[in-house]
Amino acid sequence: MLALQISDLHKSYGDKEVLAGLDLQIPAGGFTALLGHNGAGKTTTIGIITGLVRKSGGTVAIFGEDSDAHPLRARRRVALMAQDYNFSQFETVENVVLDQAGFYGIGRKEARQRADRLFRILELDHVRLAQTRNLSGGLKKRMMLARAVISQPGLLVLDEPTAGVDVEARHMIWDFLRQLNREGAAVLLASHYFDEVEELCSRAAVLKDGRICAEGSVAELSSKLVTRTVVFELSGPPPADLDLPLEPCGPNCAEYTYDSASEDISRAVTALASRGCRVLAVRSRGGGLEDYFLSCSGGRSS
Amino acid sequence: MISSYAIAYLTMVRREVLRFSRVWFRTLLPPMVNTALYFIIFGSLMGGRIGSMASLNYTDFMMPGLVMMSVVICSYTNVASSMYSARFQKYIEEVLVAPVPMWLIVLGFVTGGVIRGVLVGALVLLVAVNFTSIGVFSPFHALLMPLLASVLFSLAGFINAVYAKSFDDISVIPTLLLTPLIYLGGVFYTLDLLPSFWAGLSRFNPLLYVISTFRYGFSGVEDAPVGLSYLVVFGVMLMFFLWAVALLRRGRGLIG
Repeated sequence: MLALQISDLHKSYGDKEVLAGLDLQIPAGGFTALLGHNGAGKTTTIGIITGLVRKSGGTVAIFGEDSDAHPLRARRRVALMAQDYNFSQFETVENVVLDQAGFYGIGRKEARQRADRLFRILELDHVRLAQTRNLSGGLKKRMMLARAVISQPGLLVLDEPTAGVDVEARHMIWDFLRQLNREGAAVLLASHYFDEVEELCSRAAVLKDGRICAEGSVAELSSKLVTRTVVFELSGPPPADLDLPLEPCGPNCAEYTYDSASEDISRAVTALASRGCRVLAVRSRGGGLEDYFLSCSGGRSS
Repeated sequence: MISSYAIAYLTMVRREVLRFSRVWFRTLLPPMVNTALYFIIFGSLMGGRIGSMASLNYTDFMMPGLVMMSVVICSYTNVASSMYSARFQKYIEEVLVAPVPMWLIVLGFVTGGVIRGVLVGALVLLVAVNFTSIGVFSPFHALLMPLLASVLFSLAGFINAVYAKSFDDISVIPTLLLTPLIYLGGVFYTLDLLPSFWAGLSRFNPLLYVISTFRYGFSGVEDAPVGLSYLVVFGVMLMFFLWAVALLRRGRGLIG
């Protein structure tokens, strides 16, 4: 069963095409990251999934419920934690969370039981009667997370949930999301924090020019990195006239960038040795999902 | 078992009522003070010089119009400001992402406006009875018309909020359109005092029918036939309802 199935999704604002045939699937219980530069269309995609943005074309189905044919049935299974603060500044934390349960048709008594548990886990008990405008950024985000999951959604959509959150709160949110996912909720996470994605997500999709340009498990995508950079620590200054992509990065240090699909570092090591410059140590610079993202989406390494 | 729609609706209504009752000194008290001032100045101080109007003493004549003025303005501004705040602070998204149909969202906001309008009307009436000696001629009309008027102007406030792009946009309509319509709708005079052109023009003002029928409920005096008044009120209400639904179907002001 798929928690989310998006096919050929299009969205234009006037002449500007933001999404140009996006396809994405998230299995039930999956934890998928949606990556992309600012303005790549992540928030628009999330808006369409959750009913906040009208699509120009394509289909979206949540647990098999088509969002055009059965929008309310589809929305019953999905919940959103938005990027921006989207709650009343004058309501109490408790009312914000309980009201959200009410909008999903959950009675006050049951909602209160669920909220008690969430407030305990997310350490919001001490502010439950505080007005939301008086909360710190981290508490606001935790409250928004509690609000999103009060309906116990099958698919939770998170738009940069830990932006502006301190390290402790970030880890608390990570633990909570892992627990939620273990209990069966599928999660779609849009984030700019690659450590967060690598920590939490089993799969990732990279959005570029309104389409998914790469998709797979986080491990797969990291291993697909073609352009790699290593740092050589040398016995002396790197020779300047070598016909190699070597960039000095210190007195006895150089960065070497190469195509990992067709070669390894031996050519550089041999060439350096022939000029009397021995390689004492090799360190990988960056690597993993972040470098893959940058190479795929047209960033630093491409 | 109470249905999920009913729970969602009651949640919206509860939130709306909490919103205005939390700041009762701004939402409930001013209409009472204003009405008391109207009665003191136009009733007690000047009323004697004005004499009677439509065979009623001036204070008794004025009372239904003043009550209705509060009902109309409070219903309108409650929904306009609540809906626009929800858009401005983006917490309208809380209901938009939930399995709540658009018509229920309208109903939730409108109910909040109706409750505030009717509540304010009742409070203003409590103030008014201290200054007037008017009785109740027809309880049916005296109760029904404020209810319908508050529904009508709550819908109007909702439409205003959907179109609004700034807080100025939700204050300009009450100031430049609603208040003149109320003052020219027969709060302070009968239609036969106007020159024929202005009297004819006033017949296009729905507030005339609202105030006339409400006054009829207290005194049996009317500026327009009661049947025609209900026809006009229901007609305008239907128009506003269809307008609001059409806006929501297009997602105007709500969905990107």
